[in-house]
Amino acid sequence: MLELHDITAGYGRGAPVVRNATLALAPGESVGLLGPSGCGKSTLARVAALLHRPEAGTVTLDGDPVRGWRYRAPRTQRTAIGVVFQQPRLSCDPRLRLTDLIAEPLRATGRRDEIPERLAELAPAVGLTPDLMDRRPHEVSDGQLQRACLARALVLRPRWLICDEVTAMLDASTAAALVAAVEEYRTATGAGLLAVGHDQVLLDRWCDRTVHWKKLTVAVHE
Amino acid sequence: MTARTPVLSVRGLSVRFLMPGGRRIAAVTDAHFDVAAGECLALIGESGCGKSVLASALLGLLPANAQAAGQARLGDLDLLAADERTLARTVRGRLIGLVPQSPAAHLTPVRTVRSQLEETVAALTGGRGRAAVRSAAEAAAERAAFPAGHLDRHPHELSGGLAQRAATALALVGDAPLLVADEPTTGLDRDLVDHTVDELRRHADTGHRGLLVITHDLAAAERIADRVAVMYAGRIVELVDAKAFFGTPGPRHPYSRGLLQALPHRAFTPIPGMPPELGNLPDGCAFAPRCARATHACTALPQQADGIACHHPHVPEDLRA
Repeated sequence: MLELHDITAGYGRGAPVVRNATLALAPGESVGLLGPSGCGKSTLARVAALLHRPEAGTVTLDGDPVRGWRYRAPRTQRTAIGVVFQQPRLSCDPRLRLTDLIAEPLRATGRRDEIPERLAELAPAVGLTPDLMDRRPHEVSDGQLQRACLARALVLRPRWLICDEVTAMLDASTAAALVAAVEEYRTATGAGLLAVGHDQVLLDRWCDRTVHWKKLTVAVHE
Repeated sequence: MTARTPVLSVRGLSVRFLMPGGRRIAAVTDAHFDVAAGECLALIGESGCGKSVLASALLGLLPANAQAAGQARLGDLDLLAADERTLARTVRGRLIGLVPQSPAAHLTPVRTVRSQLEETVAALTGGRGRAAVRSAAEAAAERAAFPAGHLDRHPHELSGGLAQRAATALALVGDAPLLVADEPTTGLDRDLVDHTVDELRRHADTGHRGLLVITHDLAAAERIADRVAVMYAGRIVELVDAKAFFGTPGPRHPYSRGLLQALPHRAFTPIPGMPPELGNLPDGCAFAPRCARATHACTALPQQADGIACHHPHVPEDLRA
Protein backbone atom coordinates (compact mmCIF):
# COMPACT_ATOMS: atom_id res chain seq x y z
CA MET A 1 0.00 0.00 0.00
CA LEU A 2 1.03 3.57 -0.63
CA GLU A 3 -1.15 5.73 1.58
CA LEU A 4 -1.28 9.49 1.78
CA HIS A 5 -3.41 10.55 4.70
CA ASP A 6 -4.64 14.08 5.34
CA ILE A 7 -1.63 15.66 3.63
CA THR A 8 -1.09 19.40 3.79
CA ALA A 9 1.93 20.65 1.88
CA GLY A 10 3.26 23.85 0.39
CA TYR A 11 6.26 26.07 -0.12
CA GLY A 12 5.68 28.93 2.26
CA ARG A 13 4.31 29.47 5.71
CA GLY A 14 0.56 29.74 5.94
CA ALA A 15 -0.11 29.18 2.25
CA PRO A 16 -0.31 25.43 1.61
CA VAL A 17 -0.72 24.31 -2.00
CA VAL A 18 -2.26 21.01 -0.95
CA ARG A 19 -4.78 20.88 1.87
CA ASN A 20 -5.95 17.72 3.64
CA ALA A 21 -5.50 15.39 0.69
CA THR A 22 -6.00 11.66 1.15
CA LEU A 23 -5.20 8.99 -1.40
CA ALA A 24 -4.48 5.28 -1.09
CA LEU A 25 -3.03 2.96 -3.71
CA ALA A 26 -3.43 -0.80 -3.35
CA PRO A 27 -0.40 -2.95 -4.22
CA GLY A 28 -0.05 -3.16 -7.98
CA GLU A 29 -2.83 -0.68 -8.55
CA SER A 30 -2.52 2.13 -11.06
CA VAL A 31 -4.21 5.38 -10.16
CA GLY A 32 -4.50 8.46 -12.35
CA LEU A 33 -4.61 11.78 -10.53
CA LEU A 34 -6.38 14.36 -12.64
CA GLY A 35 -6.37 18.11 -12.13
CA PRO A 36 -5.89 21.42 -13.94
CA SER A 37 -2.58 23.30 -14.20
CA GLY A 38 -1.44 24.78 -10.91
CA CYS A 39 -3.84 22.87 -8.63
CA GLY A 40 -1.07 21.29 -6.54
CA LYS A 41 -1.16 17.78 -7.96
CA SER A 42 2.57 17.80 -8.70
CA THR A 43 3.28 18.83 -5.11
CA LEU A 44 1.24 15.88 -3.87
CA ALA A 45 3.14 13.62 -6.27
CA ARG A 46 6.41 14.93 -4.83
CA VAL A 47 5.17 14.13 -1.33
CA ALA A 48 4.29 10.61 -2.45
CA ALA A 49 7.73 10.27 -4.05
CA LEU A 50 9.33 11.26 -0.73
CA LEU A 51 10.77 14.37 -2.37
CA HIS A 52 8.81 17.01 -0.48
CA ARG A 53 8.14 16.98 3.25
CA PRO A 54 4.49 17.76 3.99
CA GLU A 55 3.55 20.23 6.72
CA ALA A 56 0.99 17.83 8.12
CA GLY A 57 -0.34 14.37 7.45
CA THR A 58 1.16 10.92 7.17
CA VAL A 59 2.55 8.84 4.34
CA THR A 60 2.64 5.08 4.78
CA LEU A 61 4.72 3.00 2.42
CA ASP A 62 3.97 -0.74 2.42
CA GLY A 63 2.95 -0.59 6.08
CA ASP A 64 5.84 1.53 7.34
CA PRO A 65 5.22 5.18 8.16
CA VAL A 66 7.53 7.58 6.31
CA ARG A 67 9.52 9.68 8.78
CA GLY A 68 12.07 11.37 6.54
CA TRP A 69 11.92 12.93 3.11
CA ARG A 70 14.56 13.45 0.42
CA TYR A 71 18.02 12.47 1.76
CA ARG A 72 16.53 11.74 5.17
CA ALA A 73 14.38 8.93 3.84
CA PRO A 74 15.91 5.55 4.59
CA ARG A 75 17.39 3.89 1.53
CA THR A 76 14.92 1.00 1.64
CA GLN A 77 12.03 3.42 1.28
CA ARG A 78 13.73 5.75 -1.19
CA THR A 79 14.62 2.95 -3.56
CA ALA A 80 11.12 1.48 -3.42
CA ILE A 81 9.86 4.45 -5.43
CA GLY A 82 10.79 5.44 -8.98
CA VAL A 83 9.94 8.91 -10.26
CA VAL A 84 9.61 10.28 -13.78
CA PHE A 85 9.10 14.02 -14.20
CA GLN A 86 7.41 16.15 -16.84
CA GLN A 87 10.48 17.82 -18.30
CA PRO A 88 13.29 15.39 -19.08
CA ARG A 89 15.73 18.23 -19.85
CA LEU A 90 15.38 19.67 -16.37
CA SER A 91 15.54 16.34 -14.61
CA CYS A 92 18.90 15.06 -15.79
CA ASP A 93 22.51 16.09 -15.44
CA PRO A 94 23.52 17.51 -18.86
CA ARG A 95 27.08 16.20 -18.41
CA LEU A 96 26.17 12.55 -18.10
CA ARG A 97 25.93 10.18 -21.04
CA LEU A 98 22.64 8.30 -21.14
CA THR A 99 24.36 5.11 -19.90
CA ASP A 100 25.66 6.95 -16.83
CA LEU A 101 22.35 8.75 -16.35
CA ILE A 102 20.54 5.42 -16.18
CA ALA A 103 23.23 3.70 -14.08
CA GLU A 104 23.54 6.53 -11.54
CA PRO A 105 20.98 5.15 -9.03
CA LEU A 106 22.87 1.83 -8.99
CA ARG A 107 26.16 3.65 -8.34
CA ALA A 108 24.58 5.80 -5.63
CA THR A 109 23.32 2.74 -3.79
CA GLY A 110 26.51 0.69 -4.09
CA ARG A 111 25.23 -1.81 -6.64
CA ARG A 112 27.75 -1.14 -9.41
CA ASP A 113 28.09 -4.81 -10.29
CA GLU A 114 24.50 -4.88 -11.53
CA ILE A 115 25.08 -2.07 -14.04
CA PRO A 116 25.90 -4.07 -17.20
CA GLU A 117 23.05 -6.49 -16.67
CA ARG A 118 20.42 -3.84 -15.90
CA LEU A 119 21.48 -1.61 -18.80
CA ALA A 120 21.26 -4.50 -21.21
CA GLU A 121 17.72 -5.24 -20.02
CA LEU A 122 16.42 -1.71 -19.77
CA ALA A 123 17.67 -0.09 -22.96
CA PRO A 124 15.57 -2.29 -25.27
CA ALA A 125 12.64 -2.26 -22.80
CA VAL A 126 12.29 1.52 -23.05
CA GLY A 127 13.25 1.57 -26.74
CA LEU A 128 16.75 3.05 -26.64
CA THR A 129 19.20 1.88 -29.30
CA PRO A 130 22.90 1.30 -28.46
CA ASP A 131 24.12 4.35 -30.43
CA LEU A 132 21.93 6.62 -28.29
CA MET A 133 23.33 5.31 -25.04
CA ASP A 134 26.71 7.00 -25.53
CA ARG A 135 25.23 10.43 -26.10
CA ARG A 136 24.67 13.30 -23.75
CA PRO A 137 21.24 14.84 -23.22
CA HIS A 138 21.73 17.70 -25.72
CA GLU A 139 22.36 15.16 -28.47
CA VAL A 140 19.00 13.39 -28.15
CA SER A 141 15.38 14.47 -28.57
CA ASP A 142 12.94 15.07 -25.72
CA GLY A 143 11.26 11.75 -26.40
CA GLN A 144 14.54 9.84 -26.31
CA LEU A 145 15.61 11.61 -23.14
CA GLN A 146 12.31 10.83 -21.46
CA ARG A 147 12.83 7.16 -22.32
CA ALA A 148 16.19 7.37 -20.55
CA CYS A 149 14.55 9.03 -17.56
CA LEU A 150 12.05 6.17 -17.41
CA ALA A 151 14.91 3.65 -17.53
CA ARG A 152 16.59 5.53 -14.68
CA ALA A 153 13.39 5.32 -12.64
CA LEU A 154 13.13 1.58 -13.26
CA VAL A 155 16.77 0.67 -12.74
CA LEU A 156 16.40 -0.09 -9.00
CA ARG A 157 13.25 -2.18 -9.65
CA PRO A 158 10.92 0.06 -7.60
CA ARG A 159 7.65 -1.26 -6.21
CA TRP A 160 6.01 2.09 -6.89
CA LEU A 161 6.21 4.43 -9.83
CA ILE A 162 5.28 8.10 -9.71
CA CYS A 163 4.80 9.62 -13.18
CA ASP A 164 4.22 13.38 -13.12
CA GLU A 165 2.88 14.50 -16.51
CA VAL A 166 5.46 12.34 -18.22
CA THR A 167 3.90 12.57 -21.67
CA ALA A 168 3.07 16.29 -21.74
CA MET A 169 6.14 17.15 -23.82
CA LEU A 170 5.87 14.17 -26.16
CA ASP A 171 4.16 13.38 -29.44
CA ALA A 172 1.38 10.81 -29.58
CA SER A 173 3.50 7.87 -30.69
CA THR A 174 6.30 8.43 -28.17
CA ALA A 175 3.71 8.93 -25.43
CA ALA A 176 2.02 5.65 -26.28
CA ALA A 177 5.42 3.89 -26.39
CA LEU A 178 6.38 5.27 -22.99
CA VAL A 179 3.08 4.21 -21.44
CA ALA A 180 3.51 0.76 -22.99
CA ALA A 181 7.00 0.49 -21.44
CA VAL A 182 5.64 1.45 -18.01
CA GLU A 183 2.83 -1.09 -18.31
CA GLU A 184 5.23 -3.82 -19.42
CA TYR A 185 7.32 -3.22 -16.31
CA ARG A 186 4.23 -3.26 -14.10
CA THR A 187 2.97 -6.49 -15.61
CA ALA A 188 6.35 -8.12 -15.04
CA THR A 189 6.90 -6.88 -11.47
CA GLY A 190 3.44 -6.00 -10.13
CA ALA A 191 4.53 -2.47 -9.26
CA GLY A 192 1.95 0.17 -8.41
CA LEU A 193 1.61 3.45 -10.29
CA LEU A 194 0.53 6.99 -9.50
CA ALA A 195 0.19 8.87 -12.79
CA VAL A 196 -0.45 12.59 -12.51
CA GLY A 197 -1.82 14.54 -15.43
CA HIS A 198 -4.43 16.85 -16.90
CA ASP A 199 -5.45 14.64 -19.81
CA GLN A 200 -8.50 12.66 -18.74
CA VAL A 201 -8.62 10.58 -21.92
CA LEU A 202 -5.03 9.49 -21.41
CA LEU A 203 -5.39 8.70 -17.69
CA ASP A 204 -8.67 6.81 -18.17
CA ARG A 205 -7.02 4.70 -20.81
CA TRP A 206 -3.82 4.15 -18.85
CA CYS A 207 -4.92 3.60 -15.24
CA ASP A 208 -7.20 1.23 -13.29
CA ARG A 209 -9.01 4.23 -11.87
CA THR A 210 -8.81 7.99 -12.23
CA VAL A 211 -9.28 10.28 -9.26
CA HIS A 212 -10.15 13.89 -9.74
CA TRP A 213 -8.14 16.36 -7.70
CA LYS A 214 -11.26 17.81 -6.08
CA LYS A 215 -12.25 14.41 -4.68
CA LEU A 216 -9.05 14.04 -2.65
CA THR A 217 -9.84 16.61 -0.01
CA VAL A 218 -13.54 15.87 0.31
CA ALA A 219 -13.01 12.29 1.44
CA VAL A 220 -11.45 13.29 4.78
CA HIS A 221 -14.19 15.63 5.87
CA GLU A 222 -17.12 13.41 5.09
CA MET B 1 -3.87 23.88 -52.94
CA THR B 2 -5.76 27.06 -52.23
CA ALA B 3 -6.56 29.59 -54.90
CA ARG B 4 -5.63 32.46 -52.62
CA THR B 5 -2.22 34.02 -53.07
CA PRO B 6 0.19 32.54 -50.58
CA VAL B 7 1.76 34.68 -47.88
CA LEU B 8 4.59 32.23 -47.58
CA SER B 9 5.76 29.96 -50.33
CA VAL B 10 8.41 27.38 -49.50
CA ARG B 11 10.09 25.50 -52.33
CA GLY B 12 12.69 22.80 -51.86
CA LEU B 13 13.79 23.99 -48.44
CA SER B 14 16.61 21.87 -47.02
CA VAL B 15 18.69 22.39 -43.91
CA ARG B 16 21.95 20.55 -43.22
CA PHE B 17 23.97 20.74 -40.04
CA LEU B 18 27.71 20.26 -40.42
CA MET B 19 29.02 18.40 -37.42
CA PRO B 20 32.57 17.86 -36.22
CA GLY B 21 34.28 15.05 -38.11
CA GLY B 22 32.51 15.92 -41.37
CA ARG B 23 29.17 14.40 -40.37
CA ARG B 24 26.13 15.96 -41.98
CA ILE B 25 22.73 15.99 -40.31
CA ALA B 26 19.80 16.27 -42.71
CA ALA B 27 17.34 18.13 -40.47
CA VAL B 28 14.98 19.28 -43.23
CA THR B 29 14.91 17.88 -46.75
CA ASP B 30 13.13 19.27 -49.79
CA ALA B 31 10.12 20.87 -48.09
CA HIS B 32 7.42 22.35 -50.33
CA PHE B 33 4.38 24.15 -48.97
CA ASP B 34 2.37 27.37 -49.08
CA VAL B 35 0.57 29.28 -46.40
CA ALA B 36 -2.24 31.54 -47.64
CA ALA B 37 -3.66 34.64 -45.93
CA GLY B 38 -6.28 33.67 -43.36
CA GLU B 39 -5.20 30.04 -43.54
CA CYS B 40 -3.74 27.86 -40.84
CA LEU B 41 -1.24 25.17 -41.76
CA ALA B 42 -0.28 22.75 -39.00
CA LEU B 43 3.11 21.08 -39.25
CA ILE B 44 3.02 17.91 -37.16
CA GLY B 45 5.41 15.08 -36.43
CA GLU B 46 7.41 13.32 -33.74
CA SER B 47 9.85 15.28 -31.63
CA GLY B 48 13.20 15.61 -33.32
CA CYS B 49 11.83 15.30 -36.85
CA GLY B 50 12.97 18.78 -37.92
CA LYS B 51 9.84 20.87 -37.35
CA SER B 52 11.46 23.54 -35.21
CA VAL B 53 14.53 23.71 -37.45
CA LEU B 54 12.22 24.59 -40.31
CA ALA B 55 10.77 27.48 -38.29
CA SER B 56 14.25 28.67 -37.35
CA ALA B 57 15.24 28.60 -41.02
CA LEU B 58 12.31 30.85 -41.92
CA LEU B 59 13.33 33.38 -39.28
CA GLY B 60 17.03 33.18 -40.08
CA LEU B 61 17.77 31.89 -36.60
CA LEU B 62 19.76 28.80 -37.55
CA PRO B 63 23.05 28.23 -35.75
CA ALA B 64 26.30 28.95 -37.55
CA ASN B 65 26.98 25.34 -38.56
CA ALA B 66 23.72 25.06 -40.51
CA GLN B 67 23.33 25.43 -44.25
CA ALA B 68 19.94 26.18 -45.75
CA ALA B 69 19.11 25.61 -49.42
CA GLY B 70 16.01 26.17 -51.52
CA GLN B 71 13.58 29.05 -51.42
CA ALA B 72 11.17 30.48 -48.89
CA ARG B 73 9.40 33.45 -50.44
CA LEU B 74 7.52 35.92 -48.31
CA GLY B 75 6.15 38.43 -50.80
CA ASP B 76 9.12 39.45 -52.95
CA LEU B 77 11.68 38.48 -50.36
CA ASP B 78 13.53 35.17 -50.27
CA LEU B 79 14.02 34.54 -46.56
CA LEU B 80 16.86 32.11 -47.11
CA ALA B 81 18.87 34.51 -49.25
CA ALA B 82 18.27 37.55 -47.05
CA ASP B 83 21.18 38.91 -45.03
CA GLU B 84 21.12 39.39 -41.27
CA ARG B 85 20.49 43.12 -41.60
CA THR B 86 17.33 42.57 -43.66
CA LEU B 87 16.16 39.79 -41.37
CA ALA B 88 16.67 41.87 -38.26
CA ARG B 89 15.18 45.09 -39.61
CA THR B 90 12.33 43.96 -41.80
CA VAL B 91 11.53 40.30 -41.21
CA ARG B 92 11.51 39.36 -37.54
CA GLY B 93 8.54 40.90 -35.80
CA ARG B 94 7.52 42.91 -38.88
CA LEU B 95 6.93 40.28 -41.57
CA ILE B 96 6.91 37.21 -39.34
CA GLY B 97 5.59 37.19 -35.79
CA LEU B 98 6.89 34.34 -33.65
CA VAL B 99 4.79 32.82 -30.89
CA PRO B 100 7.46 30.95 -28.96
CA GLN B 101 7.49 27.46 -27.49
CA SER B 102 7.69 28.38 -23.83
CA PRO B 103 6.49 31.93 -23.23
CA ALA B 104 7.74 31.95 -19.67
CA ALA B 105 11.28 31.48 -20.99
CA HIS B 106 10.77 33.90 -23.91
CA LEU B 107 9.80 36.88 -21.77
CA THR B 108 12.49 38.86 -19.97
CA PRO B 109 12.17 37.80 -16.33
CA VAL B 110 13.31 41.07 -14.75
CA ARG B 111 10.93 43.40 -16.58
CA THR B 112 7.19 43.83 -16.45
CA VAL B 113 4.98 42.82 -19.35
CA ARG B 114 4.14 46.49 -19.93
CA SER B 115 7.76 47.51 -20.28
CA GLN B 116 8.42 44.70 -22.75
CA LEU B 117 5.35 45.55 -24.79
CA GLU B 118 6.26 49.24 -24.84
CA GLU B 119 9.77 48.46 -25.98
CA THR B 120 8.45 46.28 -28.78
CA VAL B 121 5.87 48.87 -29.82
CA ALA B 122 8.50 51.62 -29.85
CA ALA B 123 10.94 49.50 -31.86
CA LEU B 124 8.49 48.16 -34.41
CA THR B 125 6.18 51.11 -34.98
CA GLY B 126 8.58 53.99 -34.29
CA GLY B 127 8.44 55.79 -30.94
CA ARG B 128 6.07 58.74 -30.89
CA GLY B 129 6.21 59.96 -27.33
CA ARG B 130 5.61 58.21 -24.05
CA ALA B 131 1.81 58.53 -23.93
CA ALA B 132 1.36 57.20 -27.47
CA VAL B 133 3.62 54.21 -26.84
CA ARG B 134 1.80 53.49 -23.59
CA SER B 135 -1.62 53.44 -25.18
CA ALA B 136 -0.34 51.45 -28.17
CA ALA B 137 1.08 48.86 -25.79
CA GLU B 138 -2.25 48.65 -23.98
CA ALA B 139 -4.03 48.23 -27.29
CA ALA B 140 -1.60 45.45 -28.22
CA ALA B 141 -2.29 43.69 -24.93
CA GLU B 142 -6.00 43.96 -25.53
CA ARG B 143 -5.71 42.42 -28.99
CA ALA B 144 -4.23 39.29 -27.44
CA ALA B 145 -6.85 39.37 -24.65
CA PHE B 146 -4.17 40.06 -22.06
CA PRO B 147 -5.91 41.72 -19.08
CA ALA B 148 -4.80 45.32 -18.52
CA GLY B 149 -4.67 44.75 -14.76
CA HIS B 150 -1.80 42.31 -15.19
CA LEU B 151 0.39 44.56 -17.34
CA ASP B 152 2.57 45.68 -14.46
CA ARG B 153 3.40 42.14 -13.42
CA HIS B 154 6.63 40.30 -14.00
CA PRO B 155 6.59 37.04 -16.01
CA HIS B 156 6.93 34.82 -12.94
CA GLU B 157 3.71 36.28 -11.56
CA LEU B 158 1.73 35.08 -14.57
CA SER B 159 0.05 31.73 -15.09
CA GLY B 160 0.98 29.66 -18.14
CA GLY B 161 -2.06 30.90 -20.05
CA LEU B 162 -1.39 34.57 -19.33
CA ALA B 163 2.30 34.25 -20.20
CA GLN B 164 1.20 32.70 -23.49
CA ARG B 165 -1.04 35.68 -24.18
CA ALA B 166 1.74 38.12 -23.30
CA ALA B 167 4.02 36.38 -25.80
CA THR B 168 1.24 36.39 -28.40
CA ALA B 169 0.68 40.11 -27.81
CA LEU B 170 4.39 40.72 -28.51
CA ALA B 171 4.17 38.65 -31.69
CA LEU B 172 1.17 40.66 -32.93
CA VAL B 173 2.63 44.12 -32.36
CA GLY B 174 4.33 44.34 -35.76
CA ASP B 175 1.11 43.38 -37.58
CA ALA B 176 3.07 40.77 -39.50
CA PRO B 177 1.34 38.98 -42.41
CA LEU B 178 2.69 35.63 -41.18
CA LEU B 179 2.50 34.21 -37.68
CA VAL B 180 4.71 31.26 -36.79
CA ALA B 181 3.76 29.43 -33.61
CA ASP B 182 6.36 26.90 -32.49
CA GLU B 183 4.75 24.39 -30.10
CA PRO B 184 2.51 27.07 -28.57
CA THR B 185 0.67 24.60 -26.33
CA THR B 186 3.42 22.48 -24.78
CA GLY B 187 2.73 21.77 -21.12
CA LEU B 188 -0.65 23.52 -21.01
CA ASP B 189 -3.74 21.66 -19.87
CA ARG B 190 -6.55 20.87 -22.29
CA ASP B 191 -8.71 23.93 -21.54
CA LEU B 192 -5.76 26.26 -21.93
CA VAL B 193 -4.70 24.51 -25.13
CA ASP B 194 -8.15 25.01 -26.63
CA HIS B 195 -8.17 28.61 -25.53
CA THR B 196 -4.69 29.34 -26.88
CA VAL B 197 -5.26 27.80 -30.28
CA ASP B 198 -8.68 29.44 -30.62
CA GLU B 199 -7.02 32.79 -30.06
CA LEU B 200 -4.33 32.05 -32.63
CA ARG B 201 -7.04 31.04 -35.07
CA ARG B 202 -8.88 34.28 -34.40
CA HIS B 203 -5.77 36.29 -35.27
CA ALA B 204 -5.53 34.45 -38.57
CA ASP B 205 -9.20 35.01 -39.33
CA THR B 206 -9.53 38.65 -38.34
CA GLY B 207 -6.16 39.87 -39.53
CA HIS B 208 -5.96 37.85 -42.74
CA ARG B 209 -2.67 36.55 -41.55
CA GLY B 210 -1.14 33.31 -42.56
CA LEU B 211 -0.63 31.02 -39.59
CA LEU B 212 1.98 28.26 -39.44
CA VAL B 213 1.54 26.16 -36.31
CA ILE B 214 4.27 23.69 -35.46
CA THR B 215 3.02 21.15 -32.97
CA HIS B 216 3.09 17.56 -31.84
CA ASP B 217 -0.33 18.02 -30.22
CA LEU B 218 -2.71 16.40 -32.70
CA ALA B 219 -5.81 17.55 -30.84
CA ALA B 220 -4.67 21.17 -31.08
CA ALA B 221 -3.90 20.71 -34.78
CA GLU B 222 -7.32 19.22 -35.39
CA ARG B 223 -8.93 22.17 -33.69
CA ILE B 224 -7.39 24.97 -35.75
CA ALA B 225 -5.78 23.71 -38.93
CA ASP B 226 -7.15 24.10 -42.44
CA ARG B 227 -4.40 21.91 -43.79
CA VAL B 228 -1.96 19.51 -42.20
CA ALA B 229 1.63 18.80 -43.19
CA VAL B 230 3.07 15.64 -41.64
CA MET B 231 6.81 15.62 -41.25
CA TYR B 232 8.91 12.50 -40.83
CA ALA B 233 12.71 12.42 -40.64
CA GLY B 234 12.99 15.90 -42.13
CA ARG B 235 10.62 15.36 -45.05
CA ILE B 236 7.02 16.38 -45.45
CA VAL B 237 5.43 13.01 -46.21
CA GLU B 238 1.81 14.10 -46.42
CA LEU B 239 0.15 17.47 -47.00
CA VAL B 240 -3.63 17.35 -46.98
CA ASP B 241 -6.84 19.02 -45.99
CA ALA B 242 -7.31 18.84 -42.21
CA LYS B 243 -10.94 17.64 -42.41
CA ALA B 244 -9.99 14.67 -44.57
CA PHE B 245 -6.99 13.94 -42.36
CA PHE B 246 -8.73 13.82 -39.00
CA GLY B 247 -12.12 12.62 -40.27
CA THR B 248 -12.88 10.44 -43.25
CA PRO B 249 -11.19 9.20 -45.33
CA GLY B 250 -8.34 9.75 -42.88
CA PRO B 251 -4.64 10.03 -43.56
CA ARG B 252 -3.13 8.02 -46.39
CA HIS B 253 0.51 7.81 -45.37
CA PRO B 254 1.19 4.81 -43.09
CA TYR B 255 3.16 7.06 -40.75
CA SER B 256 0.31 9.57 -40.38
CA ARG B 257 -2.09 6.71 -39.68
CA GLY B 258 0.27 5.32 -37.05
CA LEU B 259 0.52 8.73 -35.42
CA LEU B 260 -3.27 9.07 -35.19
CA GLN B 261 -3.65 5.50 -33.92
CA ALA B 262 -1.26 6.29 -31.07
CA LEU B 263 -3.76 8.72 -29.57
CA PRO B 264 -5.30 7.54 -26.27
CA HIS B 265 -8.86 7.83 -27.60
CA ARG B 266 -7.95 5.70 -30.62
CA ALA B 267 -5.87 2.50 -30.49
CA PHE B 268 -3.19 3.92 -28.11
CA THR B 269 -0.55 1.76 -29.78
CA PRO B 270 2.82 3.30 -30.59
CA ILE B 271 4.42 3.07 -34.00
CA PRO B 272 6.98 0.26 -33.64
CA GLY B 273 10.64 1.22 -33.58
CA MET B 274 12.25 4.61 -33.31
CA PRO B 275 12.62 7.46 -35.77
CA PRO B 276 15.83 7.18 -37.80
CA GLU B 277 18.94 9.20 -37.11
CA LEU B 278 18.90 12.36 -39.20
CA GLY B 279 22.65 11.94 -39.73
CA ASN B 280 22.24 8.47 -41.15
CA LEU B 281 19.09 8.33 -43.26
CA PRO B 282 18.47 5.42 -45.61
CA ASP B 283 18.48 6.09 -49.36
CA GLY B 284 14.88 5.05 -49.78
CA CYS B 285 11.79 5.82 -47.74
CA ALA B 286 12.92 6.71 -44.20
CA PHE B 287 9.78 5.19 -42.69
CA ALA B 288 10.14 1.79 -44.39
CA PRO B 289 11.91 0.06 -41.43
CA ARG B 290 8.89 0.82 -39.21
CA CYS B 291 6.22 0.33 -41.87
CA ALA B 292 3.96 -2.72 -42.14
CA ARG B 293 3.35 -2.01 -45.82
CA ALA B 294 6.99 -1.74 -46.84
CA THR B 295 8.10 -3.77 -49.85
CA HIS B 296 11.11 -3.87 -52.11
CA ALA B 297 9.88 -0.70 -53.85
CA CYS B 298 10.51 1.27 -50.66
CA THR B 299 14.28 1.13 -51.13
CA ALA B 300 13.73 3.91 -53.68
CA LEU B 301 12.81 7.36 -52.45
CA PRO B 302 9.07 7.99 -52.95
CA GLN B 303 8.25 11.14 -54.90
CA GLN B 304 5.72 13.61 -53.60
CA ALA B 305 2.59 13.26 -55.74
CA ASP B 306 -0.91 14.50 -54.97
CA GLY B 307 0.11 15.59 -51.47
CA ILE B 308 1.68 12.31 -50.41
CA ALA B 309 5.13 10.73 -50.60
CA CYS B 310 4.61 6.98 -50.30
CA HIS B 311 4.86 3.92 -52.54
CA HIS B 312 1.97 2.17 -50.81
CA PRO B 313 -0.47 4.78 -49.54
CA HIS B 314 -3.78 3.75 -48.07
CA VAL B 315 -6.49 4.33 -50.64
CA PRO B 316 -10.08 5.11 -49.67
CA GLU B 317 -11.27 1.60 -50.70
CA ASP B 318 -9.32 -0.29 -48.08
CA LEU B 319 -10.26 2.25 -45.46
CA ARG B 320 -13.90 1.27 -45.80
CA ALA B 321 -13.12 -2.41 -45.74
